[in-house]
Amino acid sequence: MSNKTKANNEWPLFEVFIRSKNGLEHRHAGSLHAADASMAIENARDVYTRRQEGVSIWVVESKHIAASNPESSEALFDPAEDKVYRHPTFYELPIELKHI
Amino acid sequence: MENIHYLEEQFQARIDKGERIEPRDWMPEKYRKTHIRQISQHAHSEIVGMLPEGNWITRAPSLRRKVGLLAKVQDEAGHGLYLYSAAETLGISRDEMTMQLLTGKAKYSSIFNYPTLSWADIGAIGWLVDGAAIINQVMLTRTSYGPYARAMVRICKEESFHQRQGYEIMLTLCKGSEAQKAMAQDALNRFWWPSLMMFGPRDEDSPNTAQSVKWKIKRQTNDELRQRFVDITAPQADYLGITIPDPDLKWNEERGHYDFGKIDWEEFWQVVKGNGPCNKERIAARTDAWEEGKWVREAALAYAAKQAQAVEVKQAV
Repeated sequence: MSNKTKANNEWPLFEVFIRSKNGLEHRHAGSLHAADASMAIENARDVYTRRQEGVSIWVVESKHIAASNPESSEALFDPAEDKVYRHPTFYELPIELKHI
Repeated sequence: MENIHYLEEQFQARIDKGERIEPRDWMPEKYRKTHIRQISQHAHSEIVGMLPEGNWITRAPSLRRKVGLLAKVQDEAGHGLYLYSAAETLGISRDEMTMQLLTGKAKYSSIFNYPTLSWADIGAIGWLVDGAAIINQVMLTRTSYGPYARAMVRICKEESFHQRQGYEIMLTLCKGSEAQKAMAQDALNRFWWPSLMMFGPRDEDSPNTAQSVKWKIKRQTNDELRQRFVDITAPQADYLGITIPDPDLKWNEERGHYDFGKIDWEEFWQVVKGNGPCNKERIAARTDAWEEGKWVREAALAYAAKQAQAVEVKQAV
């Protein structure tokens, strides 16, 4: 997903997401090259699910993924740091209280 | 210039804290280059590593052995792909890496330049070569570059079957006839020293080790890993009842390690430079695969473009 050196006629890169079993979310497994999406799914089956690691596959061409820039990490994520009141332990209740 | 210096200090501080580096993070150019070199070399080793074993798939002695070997070789193709993808996150294209392999600019593990002369070699490779690879790869699951470490976790999960299938082959031969046991011994004789060389030059001859350890690309030195391999493997040879071809190999109570003899580094450098028994054959096989696959790659792209166009036309109508 970074600044690629230009390659001639290379098959596009796809990101692969696998659901390991029903009830769980698809998770990023890795990436691979394929001529199109259906070939990407077939290849993903061979590359990432040889030992029953999945029941469902998503693929998306890597160029369609927009990513946050690590340089804006502070601006994006630091504000959450001092918001302890978003966590249950911030609220003081007597310990004899149950189920809360 | 000062700015770069500051960034490098910050980078080192992140590494020291045990943080992982991800593709879009700032990194020193040398860190990027070292990783491209190391990960692509590792990927090439997986791909070229399929060749010596592929040599025996059609001649496996039973269906059980054949499905095991097929699955192992297929895993190696997969491992090569995980690693190529990890290297691509650093900004090199797949085709460029392939070209570096075919032109000899990029190296691969020198062990794959030795021939597989008998079925016992398949056992010895699984036991020794995959055994050595696992020791290196377990260390690399904790390497500082995220995509490389994740590829290693996946690979290590799959790799232990490779070593067990190899050892089982050796065990079966060693329990067999005298001729079969001799075959196992012969394979050990030929693969022992090249396996020790897999860990790379001695620490004092490995100028990049210090920087690699500082950046947590490597977390142990070549000699430490090699010693660990010898300590683990020597008792396994004893169990098989065959002899490691090293008269100096013996347990050192004081050190708590096996002592072992001197490695022929001249042979190592000769093989690295391209003068091993099979260097030319291996690259020729990869070049053929690349050239003969060209029309398939092009046809698949043309087909995909046509399909996409057909969809566009349908939507327009």
